[in-house]
Amino acid sequence: MALKIVKGSIDRMFDKNLQDLVRGIRNHKEDEAKYISTCIDEIKQELKQDNIAVKANAVCKLTYLQMLGYDVSWAAFNIVEVMSSSKFTYKRIGYLAASQCFHESTDVIMLTTNQIRKDLSSPNQYDTGVALTGLSCFVTPDLARDLANDIMTLMSHTKPYIRKKAVLIMYKVFLKYPESLRPAFPRLKEKLEDPDPGVQSAAVNVICELARRNPKNYLSLAPLFFKLMTSSTNNWVLIKIIKLFGALTPLEPRLGKKLIEPLTNLIHSTSAMSLLYECVNTVIAVLISLSSGMPNHSASIQLCVQKLRILIEDSDQNLKYLGLLAMSKILKTHPKSVQSHKDLILQCLDDKDESIRLRALDLLYGMVSKKNLMEIVKKLMLHVDKAEGTTYRDELLTKIIDICSQSNYQYITNFEWYISILVELTRLEGTRHGHLIASQMLDVAIRVKAIRAFAVAQMATLLDNAHLLTGNMQRNGICEVLYAAAWICGEFSEHLENPMQTLEAMLRPKVATLPGHIQAVYVQNAAKLFATVLKSQEGNTDSTAAQETSQLMIDRLPLFVQSANLEVQERASCILQLVKYIQKLQQKDVEIAEEVNALFAGELNPVAPKAQKKVPVPEGLDLDAWINEPPSESESEDEQPKAIFAKEEPKHSRPRHTEVDEKELARRREARKQEQANNPFYIKASPSSQKVYQDTPGVEHIPVVQIDLSVPLKVPGLPMSDQYVKLEEERRQKERAEKKKKEKKKRKEKRSGRGKKHDSGPESEEDITPAHQVDIVTEEMPENALPSDDDDKDPNDPHKALDIDLDNLVEAAGRRPLADSEKLPVRSHRETPKSPAEDGDTENAALQEPKKKSTKEKREKKKDKDRDRKKSKEEKKKKKHKHEEKEEDLLGGQADAPVVQSEETSEVVAPPTSTNPEVSDLDFWLSNAPVPSNTQEATTVAEAEAAPPPEAASGTAPDSEPDQPQDADTEEAKSSKHKKKKQKKEKEEKEKKKKKKHHHHHHHSDGGGEESVQNGTVEEEEPLPPMSNYCLLAENSYIKMVYDIQGNLQDGSQVVVSVIFENKGDSFLKSMEFNVLDSLNSKLQRPDGSGPHDGLTVPFQLPPGVSNEARFVFTVQSIIMPQKLKGTLTFIVKNEDSSTHEKLDFKLHFTCTSYLITTPCYSDAFAKLLESGDLKGSSVRLEGVNMPFHHLLARICFHHHFSVVERIDSCASMYSRSIQGHHVCLLVKTSGQTVSIDAKCDEPTLLGNVLDEIKQTFSQC
Amino acid sequence: MIKAILIFNNHGKPRLIRFYQYFAEDMQQQIIRETFHLVSKRDDNVCNFLEGGSLIGGSDYKLIYRHYATLYFVFCVDSSESELGILDLIQVFVETLDKCFENVCELDLIFHMDKVHYILQEVVMGGMVLETNMNEIVAQVENKISPSGGLSAAPARAVSAVKNMNLPEIPRNINIGDINIKVPSLSPF
Repeated sequence: MALKIVKGSIDRMFDKNLQDLVRGIRNHKEDEAKYISTCIDEIKQELKQDNIAVKANAVCKLTYLQMLGYDVSWAAFNIVEVMSSSKFTYKRIGYLAASQCFHESTDVIMLTTNQIRKDLSSPNQYDTGVALTGLSCFVTPDLARDLANDIMTLMSHTKPYIRKKAVLIMYKVFLKYPESLRPAFPRLKEKLEDPDPGVQSAAVNVICELARRNPKNYLSLAPLFFKLMTSSTNNWVLIKIIKLFGALTPLEPRLGKKLIEPLTNLIHSTSAMSLLYECVNTVIAVLISLSSGMPNHSASIQLCVQKLRILIEDSDQNLKYLGLLAMSKILKTHPKSVQSHKDLILQCLDDKDESIRLRALDLLYGMVSKKNLMEIVKKLMLHVDKAEGTTYRDELLTKIIDICSQSNYQYITNFEWYISILVELTRLEGTRHGHLIASQMLDVAIRVKAIRAFAVAQMATLLDNAHLLTGNMQRNGICEVLYAAAWICGEFSEHLENPMQTLEAMLRPKVATLPGHIQAVYVQNAAKLFATVLKSQEGNTDSTAAQETSQLMIDRLPLFVQSANLEVQERASCILQLVKYIQKLQQKDVEIAEEVNALFAGELNPVAPKAQKKVPVPEGLDLDAWINEPPSESESEDEQPKAIFAKEEPKHSRPRHTEVDEKELARRREARKQEQANNPFYIKASPSSQKVYQDTPGVEHIPVVQIDLSVPLKVPGLPMSDQYVKLEEERRQKERAEKKKKEKKKRKEKRSGRGKKHDSGPESEEDITPAHQVDIVTEEMPENALPSDDDDKDPNDPHKALDIDLDNLVEAAGRRPLADSEKLPVRSHRETPKSPAEDGDTENAALQEPKKKSTKEKREKKKDKDRDRKKSKEEKKKKKHKHEEKEEDLLGGQADAPVVQSEETSEVVAPPTSTNPEVSDLDFWLSNAPVPSNTQEATTVAEAEAAPPPEAASGTAPDSEPDQPQDADTEEAKSSKHKKKKQKKEKEEKEKKKKKKHHHHHHHSDGGGEESVQNGTVEEEEPLPPMSNYCLLAENSYIKMVYDIQGNLQDGSQVVVSVIFENKGDSFLKSMEFNVLDSLNSKLQRPDGSGPHDGLTVPFQLPPGVSNEARFVFTVQSIIMPQKLKGTLTFIVKNEDSSTHEKLDFKLHFTCTSYLITTPCYSDAFAKLLESGDLKGSSVRLEGVNMPFHHLLARICFHHHFSVVERIDSCASMYSRSIQGHHVCLLVKTSGQTVSIDAKCDEPTLLGNVLDEIKQTFSQC
Repeated sequence: MIKAILIFNNHGKPRLIRFYQYFAEDMQQQIIRETFHLVSKRDDNVCNFLEGGSLIGGSDYKLIYRHYATLYFVFCVDSSESELGILDLIQVFVETLDKCFENVCELDLIFHMDKVHYILQEVVMGGMVLETNMNEIVAQVENKISPSGGLSAAPARAVSAVKNMNLPEIPRNINIGDINIKVPSLSPF
């Protein structure tokens, strides 16, 4: 016994570690399973010990075995034990094992909550990190709920390493515990501007994931992302943002307009293919979302297609693949521009890579036209022959059929050709798609009446040669085509040249080997054929032929009567008895053909697939209600015999080809319609199909071109489609020649009359006339069918729960502020003191809801009274919806403002969340292209919460006056006052807009004369006016330039100057060149290869009244002094008759402020910074500032890129950072009209200049 | 989102599997087999994207893989990831492995699956890209690995006379910002 113990402990000394286990497994290749099972036994022993090191080792080995497919869930508790070890290396093993094998139904997970919480708050950042990593893999709803607060706290951890992990894991938490999204969102948004690029990237990542599923909730973040996109240099972040915009643009077309420009610039400038590709993708998404054509859209499309062509031509297969992928997206909306690259795509069909070939096939689908269809299909047929591997060949086959049948056979000019293609396809061995070919044959034969004769002939040959197809038919699906062939021959048997022969072919004994459902069709259609044959034979004087036919049927049918297949059997015996009876009558010399034919009379029209579903339920009909008393017991089922014989259902018997005159036909049709209208069980045809039906007098009247097909038609095995290609070519040529002749004649005539040229130009799509006058019968639909396609989302989608309105969280004046119950406790040190104004706003927020409603109602009435005659009825309808109404207001406001986009706002889809102020921010941002940074800043500077929502965009001026009494009725005095002010402001805003948006806030005096226009009026307003950092650069009678300068955090020596060019005149401006005289310190970045004095071409032209923005990058060395650069803009003014070269000089003013970047800072870090003693102080006093303190702060934040660190009453600390990393700290105090600013910075010169600039800003107020 | 990361060798033997969505063990093995089947029959000079893999997800998912000598690195991602970006990420991951193991080869992965996991955890977390900067990743990994358990002290080193993995030159046109790695200097190992 004692020996045993000793032996055991010695064994344990030589415990296998992971490496030993792996080595052992490798050495036991032949009996691996057995070896592993002994190992698992050992591991079980090890897990029983108290030694944590042994346990960790065992768990580590289990993780390896899990990879090999062994279930290790039995050790879950031991894993938890190892997770709770205090030693990092063991803890890590535990968490790794947990992340590999824990999942939601692992019950021990609930034991881990406290351990994880402990690890999350551990002073060791690696403990925290490993816990976050593990948790990200096995977070459950319970864990998410319990730990959400802790993780939220970690999002503001001092270490960026933890911050970024905490930010990322929040996404998982949101998924499991959607309630956490609203409370956590503000902080998440804050992280978008985290100084650490990794954290920033993580936040972008999370928001992109969230927004991808529920894009509409994140529209309001568009300005912020736009700013990130134009400032970030991290390609990972850029890619994510650009992808996000791709998801947002379909919801907001105006966003697309804004994006095109910067994206195009990126496409031009980037060297990273990944980024280029995503840009192209998003531009495509934008172009898809914009249905109306802006002048430069074709240019964007062209650019995309060009770039994609470069990708496709690249030797790198990956780029080729992606190029084709993106190309197929363009194809959907702009097929023309893709079609010009047909050569390239056809070339890709020959690629050795199957993925690429498949992509190219996808593209072909959209590239066909009437002109090239035959040619393309011919090429594909060649590929079908060459293709090795059935999957690819099947893919080709389906593509051929897809291409030909798309949009109701739009591109097929010659259906005989198409039928021949289908027949050729039947020669494919081993294809799975016999069914597809068959359904095409049926469809074409039914819907294209003119082709029936030809189709029937072809099908008859197919039936005749059925043995070729059925060689090994049970295995391959191709025999399905016989189903179609038999049906077509039977249904349209009147077109058969030799029905007797076909009848014989259909009754061959070999048929009995076909699948049952095909046999059934054979039998049924043999009966139809029989009817036809009888009819033709009865006319003859000799009645023996007819009797022989009957005899043939009687001889052959018994074979089918014995069939094992129930349906075949039933049909066969039924028909057999019928024929026997007919024979009896024949022997009595009774004329019977007419009556037999009547059995199968009637037209079969195709019914749309969803027709049944779309029959609207009549009013007052409750389908679920019992009509009679519910039966007590189950009833016998023979009350309703099942319809096995679909074909034999009662039809309106109408002999098909009786010689009825047109009048009689019309009368009958009318009668039938009447009958149908009164018959509640009849599914009525849609008017369109009815019309089609009436328009076609009958198959006989359709001219069928006689083609010499002597050779190919008779032999089934030959590719005859090629013949058609040739024929078609000839036909077209002839047509063209004829046309030209006519044209010439016309021209001659015309020339004698008027001397104007009229060239026919190249052959266009419309010029190609189809060979047949085809009439494609549309599918029947019930009347009043709703066109809706209700494809609901997957109800189990976890992202559905995350569809949460987030906008109101961002600004204090939200409609639905966080309720107490929603709040997750937040650590106190992060809480910034709330300003009184904000509190007021939140109070008001609750009151705003009813008020808005009431005013809207009022407004509605008002509008009803004196509505513009111009307004359409549609708009009336729209107004019924509250949020749409808002949108309507918006449009109204815009119509007055001379904005560039006004023409397409009419098609704007109402954004779903437009009732809240955040969205009007967005609207404002979107609608005022020239002042992009305006609201953007307002939303991003979260600390400047005092800034009210610039609701100005939703200008409601015309009907604002009558609102006021209503307000008084429904609202407290306070809030109505508030409202009034808003309205007033809105009015002013409108006026301002009318004045061609002269509301740029000029705080740098560069000679702008109008700066006082609104400053005086605005400052008494409670809420802050929309501010803009754009200031006038220069203007003359043609053009106006305003500019803003932003620093680039990633590169300490770069600033970006955004210049908005606005065409003020009514002539076209082009060839704009922007040049600046460089100083020693600041230089304009010019593309490689250009000289230091060359100008930069502005990458767009300006039609009259249009404005657009361009960005120029400058490198600066020292940033501590402001400076001015002289520059010139040259451009060509083009009028209808003349063009002149013009020039405009300007001075670019680089203020020190423009080198500062809004950087959030936490109060503890701020305090540390001040204590460090590295900073030098300075101070300034401002007199006579009479604006609310929070306005003052907001102004400093906005114009000088500061952020509020902390605010206590009338004292606030603020922080900003220069692009070169200088810290600038301010302490702003106010008393009465005096404001004192104490400032500290590690660079005194910079500080002095910044303070001077601040002073100047306020002296202008 | 990344749904799964699989590393297996030319014979389909798994070297590392990391699913970011729960699958039972037998399902995991089935996915590995299917993925291997799809990937292994492709030439080295065809594109690195694969649609399909019926098991792992619908049409929204793509397999993006790279083949290095004896190993396949396969990422299964949805449409929110950039295809070329993920290709670069694989390269970053492999180069990180190379740095941490000093000339990585398949045996390193075989014997140090746990370490490979720890490295991967610094690159991808819960299916989302955590860090793309190789230096940052290496720094984090090295910070955490205790001196005693250093990666290079692996006993398996001695056996590493097998075929080495070759890091082919990353296509020059794909460079993602800060992870623009200077590949040419990477010696074959």
